[in-house]
Amino acid sequence: MGMRKVAVVGAGMTKFVRRAQETAKELTWEAAHMALDSCEMTMDDIEAVCFGTAPDAFDGVHLNGEYVSDGAGAWRKPYMRSYVGGGTGVFVPIQGWYHIASGLFDVVMVVAEEKMSSYYPHAQAAFLTIFDHTTERPLKPNLLWIFAMEMNRYMTTYGLTKADIAQVAVQHKRNAANHPCALLGDANITLDDILKSEVLAWPVQRFDVSPVSDGAVAVILAAEHVAKRITDKPVWIEGVGWHLDTTFWTNRDLAYPRYVEYAARMAYDMAGIKEPRKQINIAEPYDPFDYKALHHLEGLQLADRGKAAELYSDGTASLTGNMPICPSGGLLGVGNPIAAAGLMKIAELFWQLRGEAGARQVPGQPLHGLAQAWGDLMQVGTVVIMGR
Amino acid sequence: MHERVAIVGIGCTGFRSITPEQSYKEMVYEAAMRAYNDAGVDPRRDVDSFVTVAEDFHEGTSIFDEYTPDQIGGALRSVHTITGDGLHGIATAYMLIRTGQFDVVAVEGHSKASNIKTLPEVTAYAQDPILNRPLKFNSHFIAGLEMNSYLFESGSTPEQCAAVVVKNRFNALKNPAAAYGADLTIEEVLAGPILSWPLGQRETAEHADGAIVMVLAAEEKASSLSDKPIWILGAGWSNDSPSLEYRDWSHAIYSEVAARIAYRQAGINNPLEAVDIAEVDDIYAYKELQAIEALGFCREGEAGILTTEGFTSADSGLPVNVSGGSLGMGNLLDANGLARAYEIVLQLRGEAGLRQVEDVNIGLAQSWRGVPTTSGAVLILAN
Repeated sequence: MGMRKVAVVGAGMTKFVRRAQETAKELTWEAAHMALDSCEMTMDDIEAVCFGTAPDAFDGVHLNGEYVSDGAGAWRKPYMRSYVGGGTGVFVPIQGWYHIASGLFDVVMVVAEEKMSSYYPHAQAAFLTIFDHTTERPLKPNLLWIFAMEMNRYMTTYGLTKADIAQVAVQHKRNAANHPCALLGDANITLDDILKSEVLAWPVQRFDVSPVSDGAVAVILAAEHVAKRITDKPVWIEGVGWHLDTTFWTNRDLAYPRYVEYAARMAYDMAGIKEPRKQINIAEPYDPFDYKALHHLEGLQLADRGKAAELYSDGTASLTGNMPICPSGGLLGVGNPIAAAGLMKIAELFWQLRGEAGARQVPGQPLHGLAQAWGDLMQVGTVVIMGR
Repeated sequence: MHERVAIVGIGCTGFRSITPEQSYKEMVYEAAMRAYNDAGVDPRRDVDSFVTVAEDFHEGTSIFDEYTPDQIGGALRSVHTITGDGLHGIATAYMLIRTGQFDVVAVEGHSKASNIKTLPEVTAYAQDPILNRPLKFNSHFIAGLEMNSYLFESGSTPEQCAAVVVKNRFNALKNPAAAYGADLTIEEVLAGPILSWPLGQRETAEHADGAIVMVLAAEEKASSLSDKPIWILGAGWSNDSPSLEYRDWSHAIYSEVAARIAYRQAGINNPLEAVDIAEVDDIYAYKELQAIEALGFCREGEAGILTTEGFTSADSGLPVNVSGGSLGMGNLLDANGLARAYEIVLQLRGEAGLRQVEDVNIGLAQSWRGVPTTSGAVLILAN
């Protein structure tokens, strides 16, 4: 028997903002409601709910998934929350996929939410608790320092300059100017703006980093026979992949994300994609930092090692290029409410592949798109390939 | 797509009230090695995907999935974590295999409750931070309210709840892995201190440490890996309202919905006739009675009578919690459901030793995630 096909049939997202007035539950329900409306469904049509949010520490609520469950529409329904840190946003749709592909369900709602502003004064402090309590926490590691280390390693290994990497921030923030939900879109931003922004932990400067944000995204998944009844333009989930590396991140090769490569290979195999650079028409790699987008493009086999920046300088990555990268504006432009930011990339592919992305629509009727997220202790890669 | 999925390997370590000589990683490693040896698989070669169940606040680490791969052989492999009970983990592995993309999947859950210095405060942090937390409810207080409501609505009595404790802790005496076996009388249970009337301390499961790992496989693999594959006939899970204000306080509707889903998959119309043995949640003694009713084994108000009549004892009509349940084995936090399923697998394989029940072909495991959740799961297994 072949595999059950699963399609995305609806999507909704809230604005990504610095500090939402709504509670986590309200944000979640807002996105869920928009997704239901987008495909003219109600909660009665939804058989199960999958929910994603990163650490409970942001909300300070134990069993946070249980607390938010009614906001996600899970009242008297099968409900599960999965998490793989920052990779969660692209993992929840995978969770929704296996709910349907297993044959147990036909219609599943997938919701991802993050409210980072509850953490006072800054969500950064919550990240201290992701580190090993004995060997690392006493050193009070700050994520910016850790990523400064990784960025430096990446630049040194391949001889890249700050300007090579800053092109990513420029392009993503410009793309985001066309996204109605974006927090940091700016059509006129220049390379100079990035390079002259405040240094946080060299080589990381303020505009190299995505902002802390609040927001929620939801998508509706359906089995083939249901999807074809609901819409003329289902967008199929063609391949999924995820890989989690060892906990001992200090032994890891910081210049190359092998866990992303393995996740991508898993997804390409499933989708039957033999030549990703030719077959993937839109890529939404995870870009919490500008260098991370490059790092991930290399892991995804969409660029040779150390060469991803060339996709930006030769125009391949632009909205009208051969393989537009982060037409949404990515995390750097739209914002980074962690789990929601990953699912935003899935929603973007849904809109782009249906030709509904408005001012940021890429030309040429793209066939296949790829979304990827990354997280934990520089440890996990999650990949979804979607196609018409 | 793989239609049929079986449990082909199980391993556990524990269960004890404290384990100062072992870290959670060491416990999980031990359980994993036992499960892989039981199934005859090499995790680095034969296991296609790994599912773990964990909650950040139980572990004291944010995004705890970071710390799960190494001890189960999952480094640089497809691993993910569910914030659910162990039965949610098994249901996830079941779904993964049914997609046809995976042949063998491992599930892990553990408890290191003795590491948590402030467990009551941590559990209370699961309450609504705006509406409930300012009232400073202890979790047992909420359970006491629920018990009172259940007794009132169903006509059950505190003595019937105490009978559950007597039965389960006596059963635990025959389970070498159980931490809290005891030979008590109903009077002794009722004479214990009250936590939140009518809920007494002796009707509340003490915590224990331990780890459980299971290996699931698709039909073609299962038959070659195991002489006694235990088949999954149905898996259901559901939530009710998380709100204390709007939920149904007397009925475990989440378990009713979960059971309905699982029975439908298994083609079971009359659970009492079909199911030979059950392991249900008994973190609090009254929850066992509530679960037996929600699972459709009897009508509301009858579970207590059946218990005092001995119908749910190990050698009777429907043996419930022959393992000792959580009251006898200890509350294992996120691994409770795995412990329930573990006993069903042993019984269906005929490997339950002194407490083996005769002629068992279909078993049911049910779990609840504790106060203040309304999250339940049901798994139906057959040999």
